[in-house]
Amino acid sequence: MELVMSMAIIGGLGLFFAIVLAYAAQRFAVEEDPRVEMVIDLLPGANCGACGFSGCAAAAEKICCGEVPVDSCIPGGKAVCDSICEVLGVAAVASEGRKVAEIHCLGSRDVAPDKFEYQGVHDCKAAMMYSGGFKACSYGCLGLGTCVEVCPFDALSMGANGLPQVDTEKCTGCGVCAKACPRGVIHIVSADRKAKYVPCNSHDRGKTVRQVCEVGCIACRACVRACPNEAITMEDNLAVINRDKCDDCGKCVEVCKRGIIKDVGKVLVVA
Amino acid sequence: MSERTFVGGIHPGYAKENTAGMPIVPAEAPSQVIIPLHQNIGAPCEAVVEVGDEVKMGQKIGEPLGFVSAPIFASVSGKVSKIEPFNHALGTPVPAVFIENDGQDTPFEGIKPNKSLEELTPEEIIAISKEAGLVGLGGATFPTHVKLSPPPDIQIDTVIINGAECEPFLTADHRLMLERADDVVLGLKAFMKALGATRGIIGVEDNKPDAISSMNKAVAENSGDYNIEVHTLHTKYPQGAEKMLIKATTGREVPPGALPMAVNVVNQNTGTAIALAEAIKLGKPLYERVVTVTGPGINKPGNFLVRNGTLIRDIIEQCGGLTPDARKLILGGPMMGVAQPTDEIPAIKGTSGVLILTEEFVRDQPIAACIKCGKCVEVCPMNLLPSFIGSAAEKKEYVLAEKYGAMDCFECGCCTYTCPAKRPLVQWIRIAKGAIAASRKK
Repeated sequence: MELVMSMAIIGGLGLFFAIVLAYAAQRFAVEEDPRVEMVIDLLPGANCGACGFSGCAAAAEKICCGEVPVDSCIPGGKAVCDSICEVLGVAAVASEGRKVAEIHCLGSRDVAPDKFEYQGVHDCKAAMMYSGGFKACSYGCLGLGTCVEVCPFDALSMGANGLPQVDTEKCTGCGVCAKACPRGVIHIVSADRKAKYVPCNSHDRGKTVRQVCEVGCIACRACVRACPNEAITMEDNLAVINRDKCDDCGKCVEVCKRGIIKDVGKVLVVA
Repeated sequence: MSERTFVGGIHPGYAKENTAGMPIVPAEAPSQVIIPLHQNIGAPCEAVVEVGDEVKMGQKIGEPLGFVSAPIFASVSGKVSKIEPFNHALGTPVPAVFIENDGQDTPFEGIKPNKSLEELTPEEIIAISKEAGLVGLGGATFPTHVKLSPPPDIQIDTVIINGAECEPFLTADHRLMLERADDVVLGLKAFMKALGATRGIIGVEDNKPDAISSMNKAVAENSGDYNIEVHTLHTKYPQGAEKMLIKATTGREVPPGALPMAVNVVNQNTGTAIALAEAIKLGKPLYERVVTVTGPGINKPGNFLVRNGTLIRDIIEQCGGLTPDARKLILGGPMMGVAQPTDEIPAIKGTSGVLILTEEFVRDQPIAACIKCGKCVEVCPMNLLPSFIGSAAEKKEYVLAEKYGAMDCFECGCCTYTCPAKRPLVQWIRIAKGAIAASRKK
């Protein structure tokens, strides 16, 4: 008898709570877009912040309610964008294609000396607090690896020459490194580009560049004159190659007195 | 009695004996001065002379571009050769006026003595300090006329003259108190009159007994109707920081994030008091100041009256040059001064010292992990937790750093000095403060 009683009491309580919970679940249900869950699953989940939100979940919510475009996830690229379109039932958008980071400096320690010895926190932003950084060139890479530290995809590493290197396989072009670099040395560019590029970031005049770096652009304009496609322009003392116009003929490489115009592939190869 | 002090702080080697006994001598005027147009906290100045102009000593060459700013004056007579950006003690180049010295030192006609202090009204004193380009000469260079213009609902009752000079190596204020004690008292009286303050305090650390007796004598002779006391302070760094000095002399505590005026006090540096006295007595604007040139890396240390815009290189040359093992140049004291990458930097209003350190002082030591010894907490004069703030900033957790009170840190450097793990706590806190200030602006 005791056994039946206790079973009845426990069972009864269980039934009572089940009813209360079932009612509460219905009554206080939070309206949730089921697509948000699906989109979260589709996003890479690195929480890199390249979209401008604190994480993938926040981005998914905004994408589902249409506040931001479906191709907001830069690391995800076209594949993620297409699958999100499928979930949301919208027409696929033409994505700009995959992007990667590109280091615009060749000034390793041996060719671009420091102007003083820096002691302190091993971080590029911290080093910038003292006289605008210890490197004599005020535009070049400081080489303390802040970009490597912040990369959410482990795509950057410090090369033997003290400059960061991009693993283009891993790089998603999220741009977190470009934002972290206090000197703006990292540019985010299209991954399938086929062109030459000028790995220098200096807007100093030629005379200054000669004093502080052996491999900086001195704005001599030789490449501008040599280019048959008018693809190269001189922007604030720095040669800039327009990748839409460049046909990779290599004439600029021949005339560059400092030998710094490079093939995209050659520089980006990971050692 | 030397019990007046604050909680926390450190006792670094003071190393003042090299220059404490050296009278102030005028430094040679260089053939060219380079006067930056930004020499104070707040807004920069705009040049009011043009290339080719003849200027006279004491002529205004920079007009302030805002209320929190102070005009800048020519320190030699001669010709303006160019106006272009030049190295600055704070790191980034700022526009500067280059003047070729004609060696005549022709004074500007506009410089004439003002009425005596008894005849001046408070408004006139504030106007004189503004026109003379006075800024806090302790190193922070906060424009003096702003300090003398508190909001109408605050009545300042106490003015404190900071003669603590707690930074090791520096002796400029010490010499001024010995040689110009009467002007310190006159300046203090002017500050008190401008603010309507009823009490004046001159705080001096007890490692300068000669300065204390010199100030006592000057106060006895010159204070007149003004209620002025000389306070002997315990020798401890950072005794001269404004909040510590207020605590030690008046017992009042400045609330977090507030200015000394919140407790009805205004602090002024010894040098600033003398500059105001000169501005009243002679009409002389601020174009030169006393600089202590010292440290183990310099051949002939001393205290010099240096004209604004003199290159540090020229000053070092006059002091017999550097020793072979000189490694580091710091403008200011070793605790809060700023290390410089070059000696081609002009001395400005805030340059209280030129310190040359040698190899043994600048060894780079590896940064180790925090061992939670709590020494930094013990010495922090603001009662903060430097280890916590530093570790939060190291991990870029700036919200956490703010919660621990990063913004109350005034970067005295006690924590970094005392840290056995050689952690660069102040630099981390500075990074955090920058990030927090940026996020507040958004």
